[in-house]
Amino acid sequence: MLLSRVAERVYWQARYLERAENVARLLHVFSALQLDLPKGTKLGWQTLVQITGHEEQFAEKYKQENERNVVRFLLAERNGISLVDMLAFARENARTTREIMPTEAFELINGLYYFARDNAEAGISRAERNEVLDQIVSRSQQIGGLMAGTMSRDEAYSFVRLGRSLERADMTTRIVDVDSQKLMPELDVEDAEPEAREPYDNILWMNVLRSSSAYQMYRQHVRERINGEDVVRFLLQNEQFPRSTAHNLTTMTKVLRNLPNSNKVNWQVNKTRKLVRDADVNRLLRRGLVRHLDSVQKEIAQVHFKIADTWFLPGNS
Amino acid sequence: MRVNWKTYNPGKFFDEIISSPGYARKPARRLAGYLRSLTHEELQQKKTAAELAIKTMGISFTVYSDAGNIDREWPMDIIPRLITGSEWDQTSKGLQQRLEALNCFIHDIYNDQKILKDKIVPKDLIMDSGNFRKQCLGMKPKYNVWAHICGTDLIKGDDGQFYVLEDNLRVPSGVSYMVENRRVTKRTFPELFADDYSIRPVADYPAELLDMLSSLSPRQVKHPEVVVLTPGVFNSAYFEHSYLAQRMGAELVEGGDLVVEDDKVYMRTIDGLSQVDVIYRRIDDMFIDPAVFNKDSVLGVRGLFNAWKKGNVALANAPGAGVADDKIIYTYVPEIIKYYLDEDPILANVPSYLCIDRSQRQHVLENLDKLVVKPANESGGYGMLIGPQASKKELAEFRRRIKADPRNYMAQPLISLSTVPILGDRVVEPRHVDLRPFVLQGDKSYVTPGGLTRVAMVKGSYVVNSSQGGGSKDTWVVDDA
Repeated sequence: MLLSRVAERVYWQARYLERAENVARLLHVFSALQLDLPKGTKLGWQTLVQITGHEEQFAEKYKQENERNVVRFLLAERNGISLVDMLAFARENARTTREIMPTEAFELINGLYYFARDNAEAGISRAERNEVLDQIVSRSQQIGGLMAGTMSRDEAYSFVRLGRSLERADMTTRIVDVDSQKLMPELDVEDAEPEAREPYDNILWMNVLRSSSAYQMYRQHVRERINGEDVVRFLLQNEQFPRSTAHNLTTMTKVLRNLPNSNKVNWQVNKTRKLVRDADVNRLLRRGLVRHLDSVQKEIAQVHFKIADTWFLPGNS
Repeated sequence: MRVNWKTYNPGKFFDEIISSPGYARKPARRLAGYLRSLTHEELQQKKTAAELAIKTMGISFTVYSDAGNIDREWPMDIIPRLITGSEWDQTSKGLQQRLEALNCFIHDIYNDQKILKDKIVPKDLIMDSGNFRKQCLGMKPKYNVWAHICGTDLIKGDDGQFYVLEDNLRVPSGVSYMVENRRVTKRTFPELFADDYSIRPVADYPAELLDMLSSLSPRQVKHPEVVVLTPGVFNSAYFEHSYLAQRMGAELVEGGDLVVEDDKVYMRTIDGLSQVDVIYRRIDDMFIDPAVFNKDSVLGVRGLFNAWKKGNVALANAPGAGVADDKIIYTYVPEIIKYYLDEDPILANVPSYLCIDRSQRQHVLENLDKLVVKPANESGGYGMLIGPQASKKELAEFRRRIKADPRNYMAQPLISLSTVPILGDRVVEPRHVDLRPFVLQGDKSYVTPGGLTRVAMVKGSYVVNSSQGGGSKDTWVVDDA
């Protein structure tokens, strides 16, 4: 029978690992996006800090919201927020649950942490960033694959899936939350006509898809040319795509069937699912998307609190 | 530069590989020849590969420092140490004999105290011992065994014989490194296994440990719930706690995971409370139960001691077992073996002087600069005086301490520890080693083939503790050539 403390650590290990991978994807896509923009245009790198929700910590340390500072802050700095620190936390949680995880899983997480720690600084410069981020994403995928291929479908694995799904569901809502106006502010100044922005909006949505490895799947699923409404719908509501918010919430309901005393959590997950599923994206895009995403994020946070209340040691979370 | 056994010089010490310059001892010949067949680059590559493997496999230990606790990679020298099968079989018998006698002794101390009444061991020594727990009086654990897991420190002297340096009966650690060292060596020198040597495997230790622990269960169930109780991730041996739990398929628990109700122990799981039968505790006696021992302990579990005394849960090692793990009691072990088993000790002690005895103390004080002085119950090499290497100030300090508290000190001549080669950056050099085999006793007993070899990495040094810069080696028990 799984110890409450171990359940909690396994869950957080999965969350941190997933979060690190998401940060790597975001940085990757933003770096690519930068290259697609007309010469002299500066990308609103601050958006990345907003997506992760750490504006205050960033402002305390940096005056300029430029590429270098943002990448340093999110990738390499030892600030408890950066990708390297996410992996350090994932490793620490993995280290303290070694007795129940496959040995190779710990070795991979451990190796990934050392790789990131030793190479993050180099990843601040554009020249090596792609290579470093690619490695981090593919090694994270390898860890997920190894666990899927070697762990029994027991309670510990259920908590891995809960943590991963919750983090993914949440991160996708944050990625959808990017605002093209903020992201490419200078385009407004140079080109007053809305039509002039259009190609860049397309590039933006394309890159939003890419950040979730969703571009190809979207292409196969949606026949129309890329447009905001379809992209948002795909990322939030598509049940088949494994990084969409809806898919991950549904996964959680399936996982919950294998866990004892899951009623309250299940109720909260279903409440969140309904909120996501019933949203009228077309209307939201005209008005209220940000507020809607905010409330989805709050419901997801409630799912976490219900999980902690139900299974973790009291006074820990 | 290739390994040159002619310039390898252990000096006056007993070297386990080389008998005289250029000549390897018989069992070590193939190893010595093999090492010589590699180029300097090949050897260094193997060394680097082993270090990388240790890092990736996450084999680590924690060092306490002022700047906080640091998780370090486990230090291992890649050249294995050899012991022949026949020598080991004899040593192994000696270790089992010793633990059996020590368990009789502990049980006697907490029950009839015959050995005290017969005045073989002075009663005061026990009553004054920091490791005697009066709360344990009258307790009769299963099989009358108190010390289920023992890590005995052995050294080889000038005569090439093993001597017992100390018995660790409280929470000895190191066995996980013994197993992991072998895993690393298999990666490093796969060509030596089977082709050149048939080496006794060590990987089944966790299975032996689980069998022994399960045999202690008070409930007669097919699969008793066995847990490993750790002080937590900041403990220096946390790696090992987690490792053993993993390999046994047991739960690794912290004090906060356990709760006692109606004198039964339960762990908190995601499905509520679940009863625990056997606790392999890696927490010192004083911290296991704040209701009975150290009141400030946050590591332990309130009510655990009573649950044990009522016979509802087994503790390994039992509280109070440390009474026989005391450097003063150590000196009585040969008599203890005779008294309970009516046998001669198979393994010898290192000659020792007791400071509580007037004439022996006089000898110690007069020869302090030639002796090693040890406090009764420190571990990890702390609080020790190595006379020949000590300053005048340190000698004076120990003279004062011994006079103030003679019960707490014993002294031994500086034994010449044997040497084995280590791979330095440039050449192969001799370094001093000791050996910690692990002995299990429950319904039956078991000794690891070999054990953990610890090696002083600094030239001439005798300090082998990993907390103080010591390293380790894989230890091979091989068929006699």
